[in-house]
Formats: sequence, structure tokens, C-alpha cells
Amino acid sequence: MSIFVNQATRLVVQGITGRDGSFHSKQMLAYGTNLVAGVTPGKGGQTFEGSVPVFNTVAEAVRETGANTSVIYVPPMMAAGAIAEAADAGIALIVCITEGVPVLDMTKIMPFVRDRGARLIGPNCPGLITPGVAKVGIIPGQICLPGRVGLVSRSGTLTYEVVNQLTKNKIGQSTCVGIGGDPIIGTNFIDVLSAFQNDPETDLIVMMGEIGGTDEQKAAAFVKEHVTKPVIGFIAGQTAPPGRRMGHAGAIVSGSSGTAAEKIEAFKAAGIGVMERPVDVVRLVNEKLGAKAGR
Amino acid sequence: MPDGGVATTPDEVAAIAERLGGTVVVKAQVHAGGRGKAGGVKLAKGAAEARAHAEKILGMTIKGLVVERVLVVPAADIATESYVGLILDRESQRPLFMVSSAGGIDIEEVAAQTPEKIQRLAIDPRYGVLPHQSLALALSLYSDFKQVRAAARIIEQLYQVFMQSGASLAEINPLVTTPDGQVLALDAKVSIDDNELDRRPDLAALRDESAEEPSEVAARRANLTFIKLDGNVGCVVNGAGLAMATMDLVKYYGGDPANFLDIGGSSNPEKVVNALRIITSDPAVKVILFNIFGGITRTDDVANGIVTATKQFAVNVPIVIRLTGTNEREAVQILTGAGMTALNDMDEAVKQAVALAQEAR
Repeated sequence: MSIFVNQATRLVVQGITGRDGSFHSKQMLAYGTNLVAGVTPGKGGQTFEGSVPVFNTVAEAVRETGANTSVIYVPPMMAAGAIAEAADAGIALIVCITEGVPVLDMTKIMPFVRDRGARLIGPNCPGLITPGVAKVGIIPGQICLPGRVGLVSRSGTLTYEVVNQLTKNKIGQSTCVGIGGDPIIGTNFIDVLSAFQNDPETDLIVMMGEIGGTDEQKAAAFVKEHVTKPVIGFIAGQTAPPGRRMGHAGAIVSGSSGTAAEKIEAFKAAGIGVMERPVDVVRLVNEKLGAKAGR
Repeated sequence: MPDGGVATTPDEVAAIAERLGGTVVVKAQVHAGGRGKAGGVKLAKGAAEARAHAEKILGMTIKGLVVERVLVVPAADIATESYVGLILDRESQRPLFMVSSAGGIDIEEVAAQTPEKIQRLAIDPRYGVLPHQSLALALSLYSDFKQVRAAARIIEQLYQVFMQSGASLAEINPLVTTPDGQVLALDAKVSIDDNELDRRPDLAALRDESAEEPSEVAARRANLTFIKLDGNVGCVVNGAGLAMATMDLVKYYGGDPANFLDIGGSSNPEKVVNALRIITSDPAVKVILFNIFGGITRTDDVANGIVTATKQFAVNVPIVIRLTGTNEREAVQILTGAGMTALNDMDEAVKQAVALAQEAR
């Protein structure tokens, strides 16, 4: 099963001929992802890597190839437009990797995406991977291992760190989802937690949060009410000074709100196992799952 | 907005005060709150007194920032003070108005202690502020209908400014009424979303780099995200989340991070050289810790950057390097060839760095 991406995923890459788009498209193909089409306006008719047809528009790509998932690697000022194009073409899952998208662009585009019933993941995210099945985005495939731990995170390399710890200890993953570090994102922790809760192939959920906003606190309340599977969590940014944007546009403590301490308290109150260090993930998974871990 | 002018010398201040006549306010213009408390805002009866205040205020330091400009405006006789702010709200994913008749003071304090004193209204960006919405917000401030209309108009204009400038925050604090019934915006602040600046060179040009930490300015020019902190363990990390987690781990093992530094995704060796140059210029740094998880970032690029940097300038503190992921084997070879070693484990590297920093004290 897994969540969001699986054997039925038919992927179109928006920005496939660009520097980042072409590099990661090769990696996704090498991983075995069902990459059926690429889109770059003006380059319709070309073929990518000898096998993937390139179209001028997403609508054309959908019509010709039956693409149902899109991943976006276009420059920041064009990202909101690319998201809207995918939603308008009937793409059900849109994954926007692009970093630096103006936040007001996102406020304008989100209602458009919702009206068309599409799910957006990101922007400013590493995408997602169902190990052994499909990779949509930039998470390195070689550090993942198929298994039964679901992972959701606001960050990129910190996710890799934790996935790597799990894999080194033979704990496999059902799906790893990077939801992105921006203040306005299409899919939040609760959306992913709820999908993992309903996924029969996920036994435990790892949540990697960070300072800024209240998404983790709300997710903790949701876990308490609706999630019966064990959840463990981490919050990055305990040493971050208030009022400063810590790389991610959304990682900022405003006044006394959005602090790591406040989020960790919320985790504890919801019965979420708190990782003090990334490496603690292994011990906590083993404690919660015992011999079942990852298998 | 009241009439007035910005000045950089006491003579200019006096000239503006002369032109305005009557009592004026001389206000320090720096990117920091708490100006009044610091003595940066003074009332003056006439040009001579304005000049005297300007002589003291110009050149004074408020929260580490030198005052180079002052604003001179007529002193308003204030009957009431309110707050009108607009932020990008993460929860509703919309611009959100926050309006309170308890204005003129720290709105965060009001929000925390008496949230019922703040009216909130999220605006659907597809339609903008609708007439009944601005009216309702204004009615929460005033009962005199002339003032209500004036405030509603100011609220609509604030929304326009917010959307047109790509702001993440726009606030008027205080919005005042005078005894003769006028509604005036006495002070305002707009924060622009950094992501907007690429398409708004006009706004980017307004950036006042003198108001920033010099190392942070240098880092931004080198496309690095850098925030200076007070510790002595310099950190070079790829990715914001991992960078924060690395700082936290330094603290966990009893050390103090000297900075947040994200070298970003596609690292070329030059970025690493720049990162090292910026960190080594901080005399407080006793050890430099690299924590690189190669994904898009190639660890051999980072290794090359470290070796190049140590050839270009003296790095007089120990470097602890943790790297794993893309092209790790090549990276280790490059470092070994230059007489350096690399660790594979994050915790191990942080512990070593903290120990070295403590020895150096």
C-alpha cells in the first residue's frame, strides 16, 4: 500500500529539461519510478533520455500519457503558475520541490488547487518516496529500505539523517514524505498522519518537526484523538534565537510562539515518544515495535 | 499620514521643524523596536529644541544599531491609540487583519494576555478586502462614523500596500485620533518576504545593510544562509533542518553553537570556501564542525572546498568533519590526501567538536 505514491503513480516532471529537473529525473528513472512525461513550454516533441516524451503543457501530457502525479522543478517566480497548471490539468498529486516561492503567491494559488480537488505537497520540500516502488522528488533512494515505518518531515537533509539511521538498523520505511519548510504548504502533518493511520502497511509514524507556527501542536492534538499507531517525534531548533528565520521561511519563533519547548510539550502531552537526538529514532522505534520493527 | 520629513543632520531637522511650526516629534529611524524607551523619540517645542534633540539622537546606538536618520513630524495631540496590522497567517493561509483599540503598545503582549481585545479577520485574496469587512473592522475601533469611514479607508489602503509590496507583515501602530476628530497613522512598519525580492529590485535596493551583522551581509552575498550566535563551535551544514539539529546537538553535548549556517543544496567548492572565510573571521570560534549529508550536495565538492580554503587562508582552529552520502568515498580520499580525517557519525563528530572547543578555552 504505502501513501500518496505507489505502483499506480504515473509521473510527469514539470521543468524536465532544466538543470535540476533533468538531474533528478534521471535519478527517479534509475530508481524505477514510472516517469511517463516531461513538460517544458517550447520543447514539446523532444524526448528525454531516449524514452520520456516532452510536452509543451501539462494538459497535453495528461491527455497523451495518463499522468496522475506531477513534480515541479521550475524557478521560484514560476512555481505558483506551474502548480495551477497541474491542478487545472486534473493532476491529483502535485509535488513542488522549488524553494523560494513568494508566500503571497501561495496564498493566491491554494484556493485554486483546493477547488480542483488536487493535493499539493510543498513547496520547498524534498518530495516523497515509497522505497522500492517510486521516488517523486529528491530524497536519495539508496538510503531507503522498504518496510513499515512511515516518516513525515518539514525538512530535507534532516530527514535523510533519520532515514539513514533507520535503514542502517534494518528498519524499513513504508513512505517518507517531506512536507516542506515554508509557512504556507499544501499538505500538513495532520494530512499525512491521517493517511499513515489509514495505511495497513504502516505500523509506526516518525514526525520530524521544527520551530515556527503551530502545525506540530495541532498534529499532536490530532494524534491524541485519532491516531492509534505509535508515533515518535523530533523538533529541530531548540537553540534557535527568536525572531530569526532559520533557513526555512517557516522556521521562525515569533515572540514566544512556535518555540521548540512548546512543541515538545505538546508531543509529550499527546503520548508521542520524543527524540532528543536524531539517533534516538532507532531506540524509540525498537521500544515501540519490538521484534516487529520494520518488518 | 501626517506631514513631515526625514533628516540626517541637526540642521535639516531644524529646517523641517521650522517649516512645520508648533511642537514636533523627532524619531530615530532604525530597524528595531523600543525606540522610545531608548531615548530615540523626543518632543520639541520649535526648531531650536528639535535641533538639540537631533544632536543627541543622531549617532546614538539603539539595540546595537547606529541612528543615522530621524523622522520629524508634527506632534499629534492624541485622544485615542489603536493598532491595525496585517500578517500572513499560516493557519488560514490568508492575509489576516488584527485590529485592536488597545493600541500604541506591544501588540504581542495584548495578543498573549487579552486576546479578546483583538479583532481578527482573514481576507480571501481572490476578492481582497470587501467594503463590509473594512467597515466592520473600523467599527470595532470607533463609534463616530466619520472616524469609522476614515479608518475603513486606511484599512483598505494597508491591504493594498501589503499585497503590492509582497509583505509578510504591515502594521500601523499607533493609529490615533486627535481631540478634533482626525484619524492619523502615526507610525508604520512593513516586513517584506525575502522571496519577493528577486522580482522587486526596487524594494531590494532599500535594504539597509548597515543595520545588519556584517558577517550576515557577507554570507547573503555568497548565497549562504548564516545567522550569528554567541557560542564558539562554528557550524557548516547542508540543509536548514539538519543545521538546526546540529546546533541543538552541540548544545546537547554541552557546547555552544557560534552560528547557524546552511550551505544549501547544490554546493560548489566555492560556497564552502566562503563559508569557512566567514566563520573564521569570528574570533570567538574555537572549532569548526562540518556536518554534511550528501544528497544533491556532493560530499566530494565539500571536501574540495575545505582543502581549497585551507590553502587560500590560514584556518587557525581545528576542523571536525562529518560527511556521508553522495560520493563519500571520493570525499574521504580528498581529505586524507590533504592530511585531514572525516567521521561518518553525526554524534561522534559533535562530541569531538565540543571537546575541542572546551580544551581551547
